[in-house]
Amino acid sequence: MSVLELRQVSKSYGTGPTEVRALDAVDLQVEAGSLVAVMGPSGSGKSTLLTIAGSLETPTSGEALVEGRVLTEMAANERARLRRRSIGYVFQDFNLLAGLTAVENVSLPLELDGTPIRAARRLAREALDELEVGPRADHFPDQLSGGERQRVAIARAVVGDRRLLLADEPTGALDSVNGEAVMRLVLAACRRGVAGVVVTHDAQLAAWADRVVFLRDGRLVDATAPRPGPESLLAPGAGS
Amino acid sequence: MSVRHALLALLSEGPKYGLQLRQEFEAGTGEVWPLNVGQVYTTLQRLERDGLVESDSEADDGPQRVFRATAAGADELATWLRTPPDMSSPPRDELVIKVLVALRLPGVDVAELVQAHRRYVVELMQQYTRLKADVTDGEVPLALVVDAEVFRLDAIVRWLDTVEVRLARRAGDPAAAGAGAVEATPPPPPAARPAWRPGRIGAPR
Repeated sequence: MSVLELRQVSKSYGTGPTEVRALDAVDLQVEAGSLVAVMGPSGSGKSTLLTIAGSLETPTSGEALVEGRVLTEMAANERARLRRRSIGYVFQDFNLLAGLTAVENVSLPLELDGTPIRAARRLAREALDELEVGPRADHFPDQLSGGERQRVAIARAVVGDRRLLLADEPTGALDSVNGEAVMRLVLAACRRGVAGVVVTHDAQLAAWADRVVFLRDGRLVDATAPRPGPESLLAPGAGS
Repeated sequence: MSVRHALLALLSEGPKYGLQLRQEFEAGTGEVWPLNVGQVYTTLQRLERDGLVESDSEADDGPQRVFRATAAGADELATWLRTPPDMSSPPRDELVIKVLVALRLPGVDVAELVQAHRRYVVELMQQYTRLKADVTDGEVPLALVVDAEVFRLDAIVRWLDTVEVRLARRAGDPAAAGAGAVEATPPPPPAARPAWRPGRIGAPR
């Protein structure tokens, strides 16, 4: 079963002559353990796709399913619980709360979901350790570098029993070596059983994904095929 | 890739055998450039002829012969390292030519064609990135070679994105839209072109 499934999802804003169709009959499936990149220029519908997948918006038509459940058929409080428990978000500008330390930022969604503080903090520290920012757990966001802040944001997105990781240009504010480190961590999180979706205009970032789908004017127009492993690149005479 | 200068660089570390040079060359380039033994010895002979390398003259031509760089060889290497490679003339880029041809042909869906090329390049980038994912911190030469390739391919994707934006902008232009199908603007007459001479801009000083 796919962790995320979009079935013929369309989304329009406005009506009549001012109607803007942001998404048009999008089908997408993302399995546990895999990372899918949605690549497209600005205005192609990438962010709308992500907010619908994250149940922050509802489609005009079609269905979005997370772990087999149709989001629009769930009660509002049930959807809110799903968002807190199963879905993690990573944004370009990190979105960390400035007044909270790294570990408090990571444990907050668990605490809001009713996990006792002591247990939530322990899980948060484990997540920070896994992302190699454990020693910075008690620092505030403005005491961290950009790369460290994004690691904290990823820890917050995967802490607990998250099933779906949604990332919007997660390396946008970082240099290429730090961006690469972030993508390694996103991919590692997926390999531990999370389904990942990253939306981006950046081919270098998209290239970390198992599959890249191309979005143009709200429609998925193309996808990369699985290719032979990288060893074929280094065969004697290859590329010469 | 200059095998000649790569061998000079290896010899600047100290005297070496031909086979040793081959192994070290391949290791130093992240094993991306395979080199055959014949190439190594032919290059060494030329370097010796030019006075940049010397060997034990009494030893035979076999694998026991030891080579070392001369002072002239060290100078040559230093000059080569600081000389920018010639990038002043644009390469004859087959992809650019295909897109330019497509623009002139009636009935070609250029956006679809651009996407076909974009998909191919992104698939290649995925392969290189998978390779990069396995590279350890100690394998700096391999990481740098893969980085260079990923950046080169990324530049192609950005160019394809730009093609799409320029075409969309032209399609949105009422004058262009009035012309109907995608139709190429005839190139300006030679006199109207800027005095741009390939091979001069940015030539090494």
